[in-house]
Amino acid sequence: MKLTALQQQSRRSNSFRGSSPLDSSMDGAIKSPVTIFWLVLHGLCCLISLVLGFRFSRLVFFLLFSNTSNTMTSNNLYSTSSFGNPSEPLAFQSTLGAVTSTSTSLPAMNLTTAAASGTSSSRVVVGRHGILIRPWPHPNPAEVMMAHRLIERVQREQRMQYGVKNPRAVIAITPTYVRTFQTLHLTGVMHSLMNVPYDLVWIVVEAGAVTNETASLLAKSGLTTIHVEYGKKMPILWEDRHKLEAKMRLHALRLVREKKLDGIVIFADDSNMLSMELFDEIQNVNQFGAVSVGILAHSGGDGEDETAVVQKEEEKNSGLPVQGPACNSSNHLVGWQTFNSATFMERSARYVGDRAIVLPRKMEWAGFVLNSRLVWRDAEDKPDWVRDLDEVAADEEDVESPLSFVKDASVVEPLGSCGRKVMIWWLRVEARADSKFPAGWVINPPLDVTVPAKRTPWPDAPPELPLPAGEMAVVLQENAEKHATKTRSTRKRRSKRKHATRTIDERVSTRHAGEN
Amino acid sequence: MRNWRWGLIGIVFLSFVIRTEAWKFSKAQHEHTERISGSAGDVLEDDPVGRLKVFVYELPSKYNKKILQKDPRCLTHMFAAEIYMHRFLLSSPVRTLNPEEADWFYTPVYTTCDLTPNGLPLPFKSPRMMRSAIQLISSNWPYWNRTEGADHFFIVPHDFGACFHYQEEKAIERGILPLLQRATLVQTFGQRNHVCLKDGSITIPPYAPPQKMQAHLIPPNTPRSIFVYFRGLFYDVGNDPEGGYYARGARASVWENFKDNPLFDISTEHPTTYYEDMQRAIFCLCPLGWAPWSPRLVEAVIFGCIPVIIADDIVLPFADAIPWEEIGVFVAEKDVPKLDTILTSIPTEVILRKQRLLANPSMKQAMLFPQPPQSRDAFHQILNGLARKLPHDRSTFLKPGEKILNWTAGPVGDLKPW
Repeated sequence: MKLTALQQQSRRSNSFRGSSPLDSSMDGAIKSPVTIFWLVLHGLCCLISLVLGFRFSRLVFFLLFSNTSNTMTSNNLYSTSSFGNPSEPLAFQSTLGAVTSTSTSLPAMNLTTAAASGTSSSRVVVGRHGILIRPWPHPNPAEVMMAHRLIERVQREQRMQYGVKNPRAVIAITPTYVRTFQTLHLTGVMHSLMNVPYDLVWIVVEAGAVTNETASLLAKSGLTTIHVEYGKKMPILWEDRHKLEAKMRLHALRLVREKKLDGIVIFADDSNMLSMELFDEIQNVNQFGAVSVGILAHSGGDGEDETAVVQKEEEKNSGLPVQGPACNSSNHLVGWQTFNSATFMERSARYVGDRAIVLPRKMEWAGFVLNSRLVWRDAEDKPDWVRDLDEVAADEEDVESPLSFVKDASVVEPLGSCGRKVMIWWLRVEARADSKFPAGWVINPPLDVTVPAKRTPWPDAPPELPLPAGEMAVVLQENAEKHATKTRSTRKRRSKRKHATRTIDERVSTRHAGEN
Repeated sequence: MRNWRWGLIGIVFLSFVIRTEAWKFSKAQHEHTERISGSAGDVLEDDPVGRLKVFVYELPSKYNKKILQKDPRCLTHMFAAEIYMHRFLLSSPVRTLNPEEADWFYTPVYTTCDLTPNGLPLPFKSPRMMRSAIQLISSNWPYWNRTEGADHFFIVPHDFGACFHYQEEKAIERGILPLLQRATLVQTFGQRNHVCLKDGSITIPPYAPPQKMQAHLIPPNTPRSIFVYFRGLFYDVGNDPEGGYYARGARASVWENFKDNPLFDISTEHPTTYYEDMQRAIFCLCPLGWAPWSPRLVEAVIFGCIPVIIADDIVLPFADAIPWEEIGVFVAEKDVPKLDTILTSIPTEVILRKQRLLANPSMKQAMLFPQPPQSRDAFHQILNGLARKLPHDRSTFLKPGEKILNWTAGPVGDLKPW
């Protein structure tokens, strides 16, 4: 809409301009000298603009020849430009004298001061401007780095303003041991902990001895880790395993006490799943807090009828699969929500790797967080409801949950909007204790060919493949020889090679047929 | 005598305590947001009630209500300020029903409500409508002739204000409507040394729907991870296929220079998460288009994204009350190829300060036209601006018999009755 109107106007004004010098002359005298002059000028401008690549106005010549710089205000420009197309560019820089030089040397045009004396003249002129593109319109890596640093600083400021003030360090305690699923579980926990925006100390207690497997895994994390061993080996039965894990956690707490680590202790079991909101939420804990843990008590490997039975059980079991604090309407802790394992008892797993449901204990350690000063030997403001670490360990053979540390359960602080938000999930999935896995999950030596491909060997395969015993070996060797001889001649002609392999295949099949 | 001395000591001590407390309090405020003190002091927080009186002319509904009834889209487009200002004034405490005591006179004529099927306002009949309204008020009330409009104000939120055209050259050619030559214009367009911005005009932000923006707020702790954000046209292929005309080539320059720069999230797509994305960006580009102003500035301020204004000589809303230099980043159109260098070389402290200023709720309030009106919003800032122009100087009131306006000036088409 806008452009067509413009064109109309220019067309109108062109005809206007054309007729004004003519009004005195006769109708037939189209070729009066003035019109010829303007036509020639117009043609010249068109040629110049073809050369230069932008539209060049005859107005420039007009201004060049008439030396009226004083009277030139922007208004004057617009009125004079009604001669020609007002949208055409003006290519002069500062004074009229410099017009010719700048008009020929212009890479990109920009309109600047229009007049010498006009105080009310606008610096900004309407019209077609060049699109300024710098010679190398690509990102500068140094600037990109500066921008990223800026972004980081802004985000840090945001966190300071809207996030947690005075964040405390997090101390994560993980009991682990070397087994098939260790890499899977530990990598999960490791990546979660690597994403935590607070200072973190990771205490990994390993059952058995400190192994290179675990150490190499931990080395990839880049976190501050304390890797210790706990003499006994992990037992096979789940009951015993739970007990040993509890002892390992106590061992880690002794370490916290020894080293006087300051922060918030959480129990990150290696097969659990932690969400990032959990770490933000636990910053609110004062002394001893509890969060809700989602219990994922179903293991894999169920047959169809199994799942049906499980579903029926779920319907009977009206409780939610959550363990955690329960509050009344005024958000005070009144009790505990536990997972009703009774219905699953008959089909629960007994030993690690049993294809059955692994049940949690009454209250899992994972659902509790505590201020590390509670386990210190002599902290100044230690509350009187906390029992000493050694006392608890000596008292009970099996410390089922950290609730044993508190004399009075009502001091526990419920977190996560009073236990309504589940931010941590408990799951136990393990392979059989005797299952093999490649050490460090690196395949060395290379595996045997267990499933031969349809056209083994691959064409162009080098003949040094490790060969298992059997007919295939014989066939391979034969084919390898054939290939060695055939490669030179068949390099140029693919069809010949294909033909060769086809004949080999036929021979193979016939041989097989023969032998069968 | 002794009592006096004790009393004096007590007063000094008390004042000391109070001052330290106040200092502590203001320090606490500074952490999160910063007070905006413009060139005229903390004028954003002024209350206009009691400082001025406005008389609203009763025009026949063909000038306002009937137009709105014909096309209710006028309530939601970016020119809706004229309608909401009328409604605000009707029920505001500054309104007076006695024109003798009024300081300012308001004429409710909706000149930007003749919409095309696409929703763009056609300005072709607006000069005639305005002229007809002025003829009406000058013949029915004596107040126009008393001052020839010098104590009247009009809201003209169109592209180029009272020049009443969407195309800049045409607008410049027409100039401001001659009858409005002495009146105060409240408009969104502002550009220094431009024909369509006269001295003493009040620039206002364009209308942006407050509820729609509030509905898209995201939690303030969402980290700002986009460095530069812009959504809009770079080339207006329909009206300027060659490029170089639209936005004086500045938008095209932005595209050509930064289209493959990962720091610049710019495109022409219209995502549904446009508002949310702005809240995740540090800088939001506000380049000129066919006119230098756009609702992008309002959106950037509401969402806390530092506006990068690429429009030479632009006059921003409430420029005398809001220190835009300290809040936004101004980039000359010729410096657009160096935009990334400019933005990355801003010191961190400056950026954090700008964000703190933007977080100030009074800044955000001043840009909005909320329904129902709240204190310190754009309506009140307009009234503040009008109040700052009081008292009228002596040239406002004409001697009897003196005439300045030429009622037959302007293009012939404007003289036709509406």
